[in-house]
Amino acid sequence: MSTDVTNVPAEAPPGKDGSGGSGENLLRVMLDGLRQNMRQYGMLLALGLIVVLFAVWTDGQLLLPRNVSNLVLQNSYILILAIGMMLVIIAGHIDLSVGSLTAFVGAFAAVLMVEHDVAWPVALLLCLVVGAVAGSVQGFLIAYLGIPSFIVTLAGMLLFRGLTEILLEGQTLGPFPDGLQKVGNGFLPEVGPTTNYHNITLLLGLAVIVFVVLQEIRDRKRQQEFTLDVLPAKLFVLKLVALVAAVLTVTMLLASYKGAPIVLLILGALVVGYGYVMRNAVFGRHIYAIGGNLPAAKLSGVKDKKVTFYVFLNMGMLAALAGLVVAARLNAASPKAGLSFELEAIASSFIGGASMSGGVGTVLGAIIGGLVLGVLNNGMNLLSVGTDWQQVIKGLALLAAVGFDVWNKRKVGS
Amino acid sequence: MAGPVLEMRSIVKTFPGVKALSDVTLTVQQGEVHAICGENGAGKSTLMKVLSGVHPHGSYEGEILFEGEVCRFKDIRASEHHGIVIIHQELALSPYLSLAENIFLGNEHAKRGFINWNLTLRHATELLRRVGLNDHPETRVADIGVGKQQLVEIAKALSKKVKLLILDEPTAALNDEDSEKLLDLILELKKQGITSIIISHKLNEIRRVADSVTILRDGQTIETLDVKAAETTEDRIISGMVGRDLEHRFPERTPHHAEEGAAPALEIRDWTVHHPIDQQRKVVDDVSIHARRGEIVGIAGLMGAGRTELAMSVFGRAYGRHAAGTVLKDGREIRTKSVAEAVGHGIAYVTEDRKHYGLNLIDTINRNISLSALGKVARRGIVDEHEERQVAEGYRTSMNIKAPTVFEPVGKLSGGNQQKVVLSKWIFAGPDVLILDEPTRGIDVGAKFEIYTVIDKLAAEGKAIVFISSELPELLGMCDRIYTMAAGRLTGEFSRAEATQEVLMRQMTKDKEVTR
Repeated sequence: MSTDVTNVPAEAPPGKDGSGGSGENLLRVMLDGLRQNMRQYGMLLALGLIVVLFAVWTDGQLLLPRNVSNLVLQNSYILILAIGMMLVIIAGHIDLSVGSLTAFVGAFAAVLMVEHDVAWPVALLLCLVVGAVAGSVQGFLIAYLGIPSFIVTLAGMLLFRGLTEILLEGQTLGPFPDGLQKVGNGFLPEVGPTTNYHNITLLLGLAVIVFVVLQEIRDRKRQQEFTLDVLPAKLFVLKLVALVAAVLTVTMLLASYKGAPIVLLILGALVVGYGYVMRNAVFGRHIYAIGGNLPAAKLSGVKDKKVTFYVFLNMGMLAALAGLVVAARLNAASPKAGLSFELEAIASSFIGGASMSGGVGTVLGAIIGGLVLGVLNNGMNLLSVGTDWQQVIKGLALLAAVGFDVWNKRKVGS
Repeated sequence: MAGPVLEMRSIVKTFPGVKALSDVTLTVQQGEVHAICGENGAGKSTLMKVLSGVHPHGSYEGEILFEGEVCRFKDIRASEHHGIVIIHQELALSPYLSLAENIFLGNEHAKRGFINWNLTLRHATELLRRVGLNDHPETRVADIGVGKQQLVEIAKALSKKVKLLILDEPTAALNDEDSEKLLDLILELKKQGITSIIISHKLNEIRRVADSVTILRDGQTIETLDVKAAETTEDRIISGMVGRDLEHRFPERTPHHAEEGAAPALEIRDWTVHHPIDQQRKVVDDVSIHARRGEIVGIAGLMGAGRTELAMSVFGRAYGRHAAGTVLKDGREIRTKSVAEAVGHGIAYVTEDRKHYGLNLIDTINRNISLSALGKVARRGIVDEHEERQVAEGYRTSMNIKAPTVFEPVGKLSGGNQQKVVLSKWIFAGPDVLILDEPTRGIDVGAKFEIYTVIDKLAAEGKAIVFISSELPELLGMCDRIYTMAAGRLTGEFSRAEATQEVLMRQMTKDKEVTR
């Protein structure tokens, strides 16, 4: 062990006013946090580096508003899958079936909407239900019958791919109603006076900024109420400025093209929602607990089987959502849709800080991991690197990310 | 006898924070069966690991002489090369390989990497005969019982031209019949000139097979006795195992006198549990115990006595198969078929194995403490992180958990502090009954005292405490009443006044035949 905790003298209880004397303590918390989340922070830095590098190599093309917009649209479905996959991996499992399941749901959607003229909102709901059912069947087999998730979802991968081809009879089916197309390709509508920017997007960005700032301030107040240590005022302001600047940059980029893509809103809602659940909900805690130490979680009264079941049900539903987005974006359901999506989602999770043995990872990490892969893809496309070399480079990126983490952990020592 | 075959001189072995062996000396004569006994944690297994090279030369101090030569084993292979073979408590057989494959694992009859199966099978058959097994050498290990598996381990040792065979509690997992066979085999091997060291708790076994016995206590050699000598009685061995002073190691306690009439907080009646795999074997056999509010009730027993299995099977059927019996809480029968139910009825079980069953080592102190009662810091399924942190800070102060913040991963804490986190976790759950399984295992004396103080306080608050421990002084120092268990059965019940180490140890080392 690198830090001999036993020899740290017992500290006085935290100050009642929550300010005095704990600055040093807090710095230590922050440094510790930085070290422990090295992979995530490291990846955030790596993401920044990759963005800068490709921006330079492509003469700024990467950061053109149109391209940023494209980047979001291209990667949205992988990011949706990565969120669900992160939960699965934290719980100590794996899901190989999601690529096939996205294709299957896309095909199902096409059959409903193109062949049977079902209204698109109804069809959309039905598709989500189908995804949830598929996920819950796999979840049942894994959680209650104890069949390893690798096997169950490998079977699911073959099965859903086959069902997709049966459903589509090997053909590509389209086009979809306008309403659904909007989900995959659409942007927020525009109102108000003509400016150089997209008004609604600007307003939305503003709203996000106000929300974030208020939330942070409220959080700080709550912490003080509970007489806990808080960030020193200067650092707190710095944090707020950084957050605001980040949101503002993305807003301006998007607003100077067609505005915020609808998928981005869906994605944003998912990140916030799932991030909150994983951090604050009892359910989220239980996922970490069963992934971190299953016997200990069981002996703490965690209903491990139920948790596992719902994790897979959720994955199925997110796979269905991704399937709808893909189908809407391509405006057709194809038997070859979603090929190797599961691998991209798994890679995103591991780049973003998940561990093979479970119990570790965050939703934001999955998004960062997904974006690393997405920017690599997009940047290399702009540089017209062939798909052959793209694969090689993405493989190396995954190895480097996880290798760095393993090396870092060994250095920190445990 | 032909003089010593093995001499271990002044062996000292230190683990981070703990001195496991301090100055142990062991002399084993050529061709004898030498028993080693001592309480759990006395250092028996560690000593054997030093001898067999599991702890390599350089990680300990002292000298090992085998057949007159100084040995510096760097791993197990090196010691096996000299003919020293250890058979661990947990058998090291690969279940889905055949007997023959297991016997020659890592030591195959092969030429240029290809196995000569004819030679392997013939040789395996011979070895199996020698240990009294008639099973076909191509049988899978998983298809034979534990008793036979033990014999296969010995056959494996014989294949390595063993001169000194070390058996670590070989009969702990065996039934009477298999134990008998094994002991006979040890005597048979002795006739063939093989020296054995046998670690055992069972005094009748030691008397049956051993020529001499070395007693360890607290990582030190106490004495070596000639088993055949008239003055070496079981009592003599017991007093060697237990003797030590008890002063000032426990908080002052006013013994609790249970009010008659009130139903005990926890009562377990006629409890029987079978082994999860070997379902014929009763691990807990018709045990009835109870604990009243404010009372600390001890359960004494050696390894394999069934204490943990009793506790875990009551706590949400977390162990074993076919658990049968009744659990009463405050005089009313309750269901404890799942951990959640048991916790709901106000029962908490603090495990003996905190790393595997107690804590999520990669998670932080605050999240570990809140896990078993998340509902207390959550509204409508959402955890209030601030409140959670405040709760954890409270325990960090009151339990004196030595960590810079509650956001420290528990894996980084010392054993004593980890134990305090586990205790905090279950105190936070607010139970009426706390079952503490070896709450002071592997932690230093100072932390032990702190934990005793906490236990004492919990009892004073009116909680019923069931205190499982292998350390008799701690039971005598803390408990109002002590049960003893041996081989899955209850063998005695003593009040604080009646209990002494000798009396308890006698009941703990009782075997089935003796009970009847």
